[in-house]
Amino acid sequence: MIKRIKVGAGSCGLAAGAGAVRDYLKEHITDIDIVDVGCIGHCYAEPIVEVETDSGSYFFEHVDVSKDLVENIRNLEGPSDFLGRPSRKDQEHIKVTALAGHIDPESIDEYIANGGYSGLEKALSMKPGDVVEEVKKSGLRGRGGGGFPTGLKWSFLAGKDADQKILICNADEGDPGAFMDRSMMESVPHQLLEGMLIGAWAMGATQLFIYIRAEYPLAVKHLTTAIEQVKKRGLNKIGDRSVDFNLKEGAGAFVCGEETALIHSLEGKRGNPRYRPPFPTDYGFKGYPSLINNVETFSNIPLLVREGGETFASVGTEKSKGTKLFALAGDVQYPGLVEVPMGITIGEIIYDIGGAEEGSVKAVQIGGPSGGCIPAELFDTPVDYDSLRQLGAIMGSGGLIAIGNNRCMVETARFFLEFTTRESCGKCTFCRVGTKRMLETLEKITGGNGTEEDIAFLSDIAPKIIKGSLCGLGQTAPNPVLTTLRYFENEYLAHVRDKQCPALQCDALVDLKLDKEKCIECNLCIKNCPVNAISDDYIIDNDTCTRCNTCIELCPVNAIERVNQGVKSV
Amino acid sequence: MESTLQKLDELKGDRSNVIKALQLIQVHEGFISDTSIREVAEAFSMPAVEVEGIVSFYAQFKRNQPGKYMISVCDGTACHIKGSPQVLHWISDELGIGDEETSDDGLFSIERVACLGCCSLAPVMKINDEIYGQLNRKKTMKILKQYQKEPAND
Repeated sequence: MIKRIKVGAGSCGLAAGAGAVRDYLKEHITDIDIVDVGCIGHCYAEPIVEVETDSGSYFFEHVDVSKDLVENIRNLEGPSDFLGRPSRKDQEHIKVTALAGHIDPESIDEYIANGGYSGLEKALSMKPGDVVEEVKKSGLRGRGGGGFPTGLKWSFLAGKDADQKILICNADEGDPGAFMDRSMMESVPHQLLEGMLIGAWAMGATQLFIYIRAEYPLAVKHLTTAIEQVKKRGLNKIGDRSVDFNLKEGAGAFVCGEETALIHSLEGKRGNPRYRPPFPTDYGFKGYPSLINNVETFSNIPLLVREGGETFASVGTEKSKGTKLFALAGDVQYPGLVEVPMGITIGEIIYDIGGAEEGSVKAVQIGGPSGGCIPAELFDTPVDYDSLRQLGAIMGSGGLIAIGNNRCMVETARFFLEFTTRESCGKCTFCRVGTKRMLETLEKITGGNGTEEDIAFLSDIAPKIIKGSLCGLGQTAPNPVLTTLRYFENEYLAHVRDKQCPALQCDALVDLKLDKEKCIECNLCIKNCPVNAISDDYIIDNDTCTRCNTCIELCPVNAIERVNQGVKSV
Repeated sequence: MESTLQKLDELKGDRSNVIKALQLIQVHEGFISDTSIREVAEAFSMPAVEVEGIVSFYAQFKRNQPGKYMISVCDGTACHIKGSPQVLHWISDELGIGDEETSDDGLFSIERVACLGCCSLAPVMKINDEIYGQLNRKKTMKILKQYQKEPAND
């Protein structure tokens, strides 16, 4: 018997049309409960409908608004088997995301019925100092990118004697290509709140802030609801005092992921970082001792306390404990949110979980603009903080982008530098000017005007930017360039020596060629070219062409392709 | 605007509310005008130049009136890899405006944004509050046509 129907309605799901699916189902199925849930991680299959029955769940992927859908759901016909796909089923360690997509994010009762707030209850029965010890014992390290031991950080704030202590959750997920925190907040907002409340008890915090990206309206909505529910139930009473949550929307600045910049932004100022020490645990928000952890770190806390630090530490590697969430995207078959035990190899994530074909991916970009590119030869590297650092990348917050063979690594590096140049706050000269100079040099190379001196210049300036910058943004900004230079130097050389882009991606080095043998003279390309670069006798004028690829996409017989310049059309 | 001014009144005691105040104004007016900057400066008793400094620092704040439909083309890593520059190209060609420009009829504005967080549907764009994923040229053009038609129905 069908118990209820769940529609995956995180931001991804809604973008794929889950809203229309839900409305349609509600209209046509009135005898069964239909609820919106968050993200179960299989984003590639959106929109997803889960049908809960007495005998387990049935999933329907890529559903369409149609009569068939209603029939299929009622008869449980043709469900998808993606829970059976390799590795997503085998994830016996799935913990942090266990409830994501399975419960109604706006129902505190469902969260409690699934063990929610039992971690807080347990923490409140312990001495605050013992909770901190438990976090230390677990070996949990900050999931925002830096990997600083969470327990140690907690002990800094716990040890402070002040009339106000501030706990801040960094939910300003600014790394382009990362959506772990968004998924968690949309899907299980209470888990984050529980983690923060445990933190407030353990460290004696008096005020709780969540600094969230304004671009995440659904997460803001769910958190707002959750905070109200917590207040109503009196769950924010810890010991003999009550603490309040403040939800503050950021205004779009990557540098605000840096602790001191984030604090400035919370104070209503420009988000410039400042020199440390004093560290935020000594002098933070409005001068009060403050501690910042990110969404995933706090979301780990309830599980850690519930199950004990030692159990938590049984997963992972010697120095990286627990699981890590990754936002897997790019050139893989099954992009989505994945949770893996620390120590799994990059290859397992890309091939087994992501479903990429062996040999189709030449690198992964890990850690976003601060991270680096790791080539396919090194895909057997285990995912832990220290192994990744050795390769010149970082764990970062969890963005993991597969880069297929047809993408240009120089262009990828240029893309990241464009981002960091834009996001540099301008305080440090090396970061402000240095990233700009690097970007100009990369543009010169992708524009076909690069020389070997330019490559030498990049290698020379990178370490100077790292040394001359105050905060993490500048200190890591050259990473994408350094790693691509290290692992894909041949691509740089092809650009400057042969004036060719091996991946045929850099427009300035590529021409469009129409193969008259294949052409069926259907006129589609001529009609649709926005700059009239194709003549009536089907010859492409590459001087006029803007390389918008419209014709390539429209051509029904694939007669037009990108070629390296020099191979002019015959 | 009355209600916004009232809200400003509630917020003005605490300077850490400056960003919130500016966000409120932008929600109501669509952008931050010179007048708004002066009002905020006055409300929080700080120099206008400092408010301008905050506005210019954060990507969210706009100093010009945007079009009726704000097209935000995501250029996050995943979208970039999956061809977001092309998407921007198509839209620009179709509407005759570039990044951070508004069409003469005031209907469309284009902006390139860092990440909308829907990476597994890349490439993605957002028009006002509606997100569209897995874009190719055909789909993008079809979506634009819908919006181009819409004003007639108003």
